[in-house]
Amino acid sequence: MNDQARALKPEENFIEEEPYYEAIGSEIDIFLAAYKRQIPVLLKGPTGCGKTRFMEHMAWRLKKPLITVSCHDDLTASDLVGRFLISGGETQWIDGPLARAVRHGAICYLDEVVEARKDTTVVIHPLADDRRVLPMEKVGELLEATEDFCLAMSYNPGYQSVLKDLKQSTRQRFVALEFDYPSAELETRIIISEADIDQALAERLVKFAHMTRNLKGSGLEEGASTRLLVHAGKLISSGISPVDACHSCIAQALTDDAEMLAAINELSSSLF
Amino acid sequence: MSLPPFTYDEIEERLDDMFIEVDESVINHLTQFDIQTQDTLLELISKANSTSSGLAYQLCLRLERAVELMEIDTIEMWLDQAIDAFDNKGLYSAVEIFDQLESIANHAKQKLTGIAFEEVCNMLEHFVMGLNGRKLKIETDKNSYTDTETIFLPNMLNQYSEKEDNFQLYKCMVVNLWAQNWFGTWRHELIEIFSTYENPAHAQRWFHVIETIRLDHKIKNELPGIHRQMQRLSALSGNTSIHEISLSIAPHNITANSTAEDSLKIVSKVHHLPPPELHSYAASMDADQVNLIREARIIKEKDLFRNVLAKLVDEKNKLESDESNDSTNEDEHSITVEKLPDPNMPEGFTYELQLDGDPIEPPDGVESLISSIIQDIGEIPDDYLVAAGDGNYKILPDENKTDGTNVWAGTYHEEGAFLHKEWDYRRQRYKKNWCALREVDITSGNTQFIEKTLNKYSGLVKNIRRTFEILRGEDKTLKKQPYGDDIDIDALVEAWADTASGLEMSENIFTKMHKEERNIAVIFMVDMSGSTKGWINDAERESLILLCEALETLGDRYAIYGFTGNTRKRCEVYPVKTFEDSYDDKTKGRISNIEPKDYTRLGVFIRHFNQMFEDVEAKTKILITLSDGKPEDYDGYRGEYGIEDTRVALLESRQQGIHPFCITIDKEGRDYLKTMYGTASYVVIDDVAQLPLKVADIYRNITS
Repeated sequence: MNDQARALKPEENFIEEEPYYEAIGSEIDIFLAAYKRQIPVLLKGPTGCGKTRFMEHMAWRLKKPLITVSCHDDLTASDLVGRFLISGGETQWIDGPLARAVRHGAICYLDEVVEARKDTTVVIHPLADDRRVLPMEKVGELLEATEDFCLAMSYNPGYQSVLKDLKQSTRQRFVALEFDYPSAELETRIIISEADIDQALAERLVKFAHMTRNLKGSGLEEGASTRLLVHAGKLISSGISPVDACHSCIAQALTDDAEMLAAINELSSSLF
Repeated sequence: MSLPPFTYDEIEERLDDMFIEVDESVINHLTQFDIQTQDTLLELISKANSTSSGLAYQLCLRLERAVELMEIDTIEMWLDQAIDAFDNKGLYSAVEIFDQLESIANHAKQKLTGIAFEEVCNMLEHFVMGLNGRKLKIETDKNSYTDTETIFLPNMLNQYSEKEDNFQLYKCMVVNLWAQNWFGTWRHELIEIFSTYENPAHAQRWFHVIETIRLDHKIKNELPGIHRQMQRLSALSGNTSIHEISLSIAPHNITANSTAEDSLKIVSKVHHLPPPELHSYAASMDADQVNLIREARIIKEKDLFRNVLAKLVDEKNKLESDESNDSTNEDEHSITVEKLPDPNMPEGFTYELQLDGDPIEPPDGVESLISSIIQDIGEIPDDYLVAAGDGNYKILPDENKTDGTNVWAGTYHEEGAFLHKEWDYRRQRYKKNWCALREVDITSGNTQFIEKTLNKYSGLVKNIRRTFEILRGEDKTLKKQPYGDDIDIDALVEAWADTASGLEMSENIFTKMHKEERNIAVIFMVDMSGSTKGWINDAERESLILLCEALETLGDRYAIYGFTGNTRKRCEVYPVKTFEDSYDDKTKGRISNIEPKDYTRLGVFIRHFNQMFEDVEAKTKILITLSDGKPEDYDGYRGEYGIEDTRVALLESRQQGIHPFCITIDKEGRDYLKTMYGTASYVVIDDVAQLPLKVADIYRNITS
């Protein structure tokens, strides 16, 4: 058990085992076609519905390294492109994740891209249209992408404010794939496979998720995602009682409001 | 040492001061208490009197009995309930509350072990919304039943000795009533069916019993946790279990797959027998109420559904005529529905809309419409699938309701209005839903006034712009940072020199761009009351124009609303500029058109904008009131009452994290302003030129 965690360079992050992914529609075919024709892809959908898993699955299919950048509100263009660092009394240029992806022909996945600062669009735009170049102003270079490189980003239209909306000039450069929670049947299958629980229990969990999704907009910002269901399923299969698992994995994750929490807990205790 | 109690004469005098004349016995009764109790009771009478002297008189009549039965706190609660009833429906219903004295006293005692409706109603409302189906409201009534849109529950449950059990009973009742709606108890014309029996009430009773058994089976499948609770509760109260009731009608077995129709069949076989008693969680049935609501809904939803279809067909036609450039080509489109399996529906399937055989995505809200129709009828009948004709299509049933002005033109009801509370300082509590407020459009006038103002103050405008530009906050490059976009050469040289001389090298050798992101939202509320007529109104408009010029420089989000009112039932706000509007000629025209109208009921408007701010995402929220500082309205909203209500409303803003700021345009400030504005900052100005600079000051204080 004293194995150290494996350290990898971003561009060596090949996905070796097939990540489990159940297609909802034709998203795999569309992604493959877009990749082949070198069009960037935008994934839309609520949290926990499988966007990141889909990217991992596609990286595995295409046998390309996957470089994921989780965007935050302090992420600037130079965080993506790279910067000079000092080493042994000299400046040294270090590529940022986007530059690495371009250089090595990897898939670059910008997660929650609207969170990033506006100046990042400056570097995304020329990469996302048919120019496919990354301007690196500080080193005075233009990095031209090979046909292996692929740009993908995700965003969740649900909780965007007017302040944080994706600009038309950005979104119109991408092929958009819409993700939503899978159908009840498919979701059950996903939970069975991911959490290793039996059919009946998985069905109850899905039913519970639907109950919380009924509450969306009337006190809850978002219903339980597939990811939360998988978490709950995993705890259940490790011996936690379903009501407790739903309480910790789902109810507490969804809200802090005491009355809403009580209502969600009552819902789960009516089901199990 | 406590003072001696009030004498008969002293009490009589206090009552006389309130202009209340009562029987000798009432005063005699009051003389028996110590001075504190006397004073509290007299205060209560005075509180009632501030609402209506009739109410105070009625209170005096019942005071003796009330003191006998209740603690002082409960008496006050009882009085508050009566005052609420008075506000809503007048003296008659307030007296009704007074007359429930015994039961309210009882209720207060029970509260110790029982559970009150108010404690759980919010939670239960969330709970029932989580279950599937049409949205159900939860309200209280004497019995528990459902009318298919609302679930009614008793306002107190005290059946069990444990609070938790009483709560579970509430929950089981809710689920039982929800199941009636969801599993199709009300799909048949029950009144008609029952009327064929000799004793319709008897038949309904039997139907209720059998339905409860059927629904229990369904609940056992769907919500096993609830089913367990139901059984536990009936065992606890010693009721016959469902099982035994089932046995008594054994030949006609009911399973989880039975429908309401099966139940009706059984009724026809057993109706001559005496119906058994049901468990406490099995609520009652009110077929008349259901009929009333259900019939209206079926008609309304059929219209709505057909209108949706008409729109879909319309869109399809438009699309086709665009493609073929031939408007005569209006084919008949066929709309069909396809049954799809869906384990979340009561019968296990839902319907998909298809236009000419292709599935179509239903527009927003249509899915719940379909679900509601299925709940009522069990399917989408063929006559629903005919798109509404041209004539019908135009009349949308909801159109009249949302238009505020139409509502006013009609009777005195409050549909479509925002309802706000109001603080009554005499009672030291809020009057709930007291003011009805509507948003009314303001027409846009010409922009002459704007041009005139800008000319008049052209020097000032430049000055203002400069003042506000300073506020804007530029991007700053931070030097000597441990991490950043670029290398700070100065710092590097220094660090290098340090290293050369044997010191430790500093890590802070980067520059970082610091972005000052402004995230401010401002609402200006502008007094449009009659008292602003003349120079104040001009000053308000001029100030607004100068402020807009300044705020455009800053790029902050701002909205402008005018407000005026005439009594609590007719408060109006005029959206001059919403957050979404830009500062264009239309907006400018609306600013010119701000004119003095009626009265100033300040509190309700402040509350309205507090509420509006809840939906605005901004780090700093500022509410600026431009008024002449005289809260006044027709129905007693003046003097201390108005001042106190305004003060409390501003306090609420503060608690919500809004910065309220009051600008009073007047020659000199009145002495009550300090009390009224309380926690809010305020200025009194009489010259427009001062205003933008004052606002710049406010900005600097609040935002930096």
